[in-house]
Amino acid sequence: MATMNMIQALNSAMSTMMARDPSVVVFGEDVGYFGGVFRATDGLQKKYGAHRCFDTPIAEGGIVGAAIGMGAYGMRPVVEIQFADYIYPAFDQLTSEAARIRYRSAGDFNVPIVVRTPYGGGIFGGQTHSQSPEGLFTHVVGLKVVIPSTPYDAKGLLISSIEDDDPVIFLEPKRLYTGPFDGRHDVAVKPWSVHPASEVPEDYYRVPLGKASIVRPGEDVTILSYGTMVHVALAAAQESGVDAEVIDLRSLIPLDLETIMASVNKTGRCIVVHEATKTSGFGAELAALVQRECFYQLESPVERVTGWDIPYPHAFEWQYFPGPTRVAAAMRQAMEA
Amino acid sequence: MLHSTRLDRQAVALRPARNAPLTLRIPEPAARPGEPVNFSKLRLSAPGAVRRPALDAEPRAMHDLAYELIRVLDENGHAVGPWAPEISSATLIAGLRNMMLTRVFDERMYRAQRQGKCSFYVRSTGEEAVAVAQAAALESTDMLFGSYRSQGLLIARGYPLLKMMGQVYSNALDPLLGRQMPVMYSSREHNYFTISGNLGTQFIQAVGWAMGSALSGDTRIAASWIGDGTTAEGDFHYALTFASVYRAPVILNVVNNQWAISSFQGIAGGDEAPFAARAVGYGLPALRVDGNDFLAVYAATKWAAQRARSNHGATLIELFTYRAEAHSTSDDPSRYRPADEGAKWPLGDPIARLKQHLIARGEWSEQKHASLQEEVTAEVRNLQKEAEARGVHGNNHTASPKTMFEGVFKEPDPRLLKQRQEAGF
Repeated sequence: MATMNMIQALNSAMSTMMARDPSVVVFGEDVGYFGGVFRATDGLQKKYGAHRCFDTPIAEGGIVGAAIGMGAYGMRPVVEIQFADYIYPAFDQLTSEAARIRYRSAGDFNVPIVVRTPYGGGIFGGQTHSQSPEGLFTHVVGLKVVIPSTPYDAKGLLISSIEDDDPVIFLEPKRLYTGPFDGRHDVAVKPWSVHPASEVPEDYYRVPLGKASIVRPGEDVTILSYGTMVHVALAAAQESGVDAEVIDLRSLIPLDLETIMASVNKTGRCIVVHEATKTSGFGAELAALVQRECFYQLESPVERVTGWDIPYPHAFEWQYFPGPTRVAAAMRQAMEA
Repeated sequence: MLHSTRLDRQAVALRPARNAPLTLRIPEPAARPGEPVNFSKLRLSAPGAVRRPALDAEPRAMHDLAYELIRVLDENGHAVGPWAPEISSATLIAGLRNMMLTRVFDERMYRAQRQGKCSFYVRSTGEEAVAVAQAAALESTDMLFGSYRSQGLLIARGYPLLKMMGQVYSNALDPLLGRQMPVMYSSREHNYFTISGNLGTQFIQAVGWAMGSALSGDTRIAASWIGDGTTAEGDFHYALTFASVYRAPVILNVVNNQWAISSFQGIAGGDEAPFAARAVGYGLPALRVDGNDFLAVYAATKWAAQRARSNHGATLIELFTYRAEAHSTSDDPSRYRPADEGAKWPLGDPIARLKQHLIARGEWSEQKHASLQEEVTAEVRNLQKEAEARGVHGNNHTASPKTMFEGVFKEPDPRLLKQRQEAGF
């Protein structure tokens, strides 16, 4: 065991897999010699050589396209897109190619790639360093979408993603890289070292895809969340005094519908919380599933607390970000409904 | 020729008037329907006239080759010049047969579409040498990232025609289980990468595959094919950049058949410089080759393959040819180009030219050719009967609809098991 922040845990996952499997290669913009703009690949090139961890041209479509070809060859590329906001040039390769190659070739070829990308707001990143595009990828059949919220999960989920034979979009909440931010921007953020989930095995372990985690058991209302919003939901539960059951979905595709249903059938109430904009966001899918599967147990409408339907603003960071006050208000409202 | 003198660059530059209105050039082909065919602006070199550089030549020392045209067969069918390959008559006859097979296959599948037996088809007529000669120049273990007009590659690799027909008919023989439109073949066994409808995506994937091969210390190389129109896609730029940066063992082929559906190659930028010349700026060697000259295509591909295998990296090859038929069964070229343009293509027909060469070699005759034509026609006809007995498009002889819910992921998807039940399969 070692105490790690999320960056160190991700680094450890890649290092662990590079040591175990010679077909694992890591590449992206600034990931090689420099070790990544967030340090996630720090030391990997030195440890495993430039043939295992290298820099690429600034071309997201090229990075993912090359990874697909390399995956088809038989490697397991783990590529980095510096910010999720810059993944769009690779959208064609991800949606038209990576997601469909197994299906369209009837299993002749598969694409065992992981696309790691920092996402989410709360860092004054403005319009192009704050976005949460997960809903674009959950809508693409053939892609898996994974989002950790702690160092322990980050390593275990990344290892599972690397070992998975299907393409995985691995979204890393950059606001959580160095500490468990709960949306209370006016108080100092504690480092991961004081959080129990910073205890991370140095060796190989997995956290399975498709398994949600109940991070706070409760009886009154179910909160469905992931990434930074898991910590916001916990803070909101404390602030509201509502006995909320907070679920960290951990992977959106595959989705742990059983855990969700069991919780909502118990509490009778459900709030979906995400940073992404509301309309057609992943929360809409969750709300539709919950109302369909738990209709007779619901005591209030399924609510969504999300980013507003606007591009992520710079100066209005905390008016946009769905912080604990907004989530707590939704909890109390659900209880009164 | 291609645009009015009013818009000619030099005329604009010499115009002294200040604040004259700007004008935008919209490139136009040399001839439209009803107008006389005009090939006066084609950049053609004489057969045998282009030099053959050393395999390890610096890309910067061979810029001229991007503007010349490598040709081996002269007008009498003799192989001339430094690119004339050492190639056995047996290999050439096999190549001729594969080209003829490809053409007959195309014609019969085209007719099947007209009869409503398949939904769609794409012929490669006039471009058979590109696929067949290149396949002959590569090892069977090299990975091919083709386009939807690369059927000759599969045929040359001995892929069963019956299965190809099954794919076109989406019938019980279709290895892709009815999931793909006709001609979007895939065969891991034949190292033929799954064809995508999205143009250009395979170009950078081929580079990635080649990078994987090099990273693994393998000896295999990759090759990819796109058309002149697709060079305008971003993936073309990604592929050349990555191939150059990492010196990837890949052959990047641009099949310039002059037309991207209704757009002439000038719309993709081909009037300003040959597509081969794109490689110059990336520091990659480029060869511009007569795509209807089997021997030139073979020799250039061999050169590029050997270069890649010797770790000298990627080569861009522009294969200069002409799309003799419609873009697809959904297209009518008489609406945008002269009807006789293909027939007047100055580089002729690849099958006729190889036939002439083999006859000049003393290895072939009109009689042998006619009987080979009969043989391949009978072969395709018989296979077509067999294929159609297993179903044609739309008559429910496809794979079971329940299979359409399978294979999205490696493991069964619980959502899809449920949706399959909902759908009643």
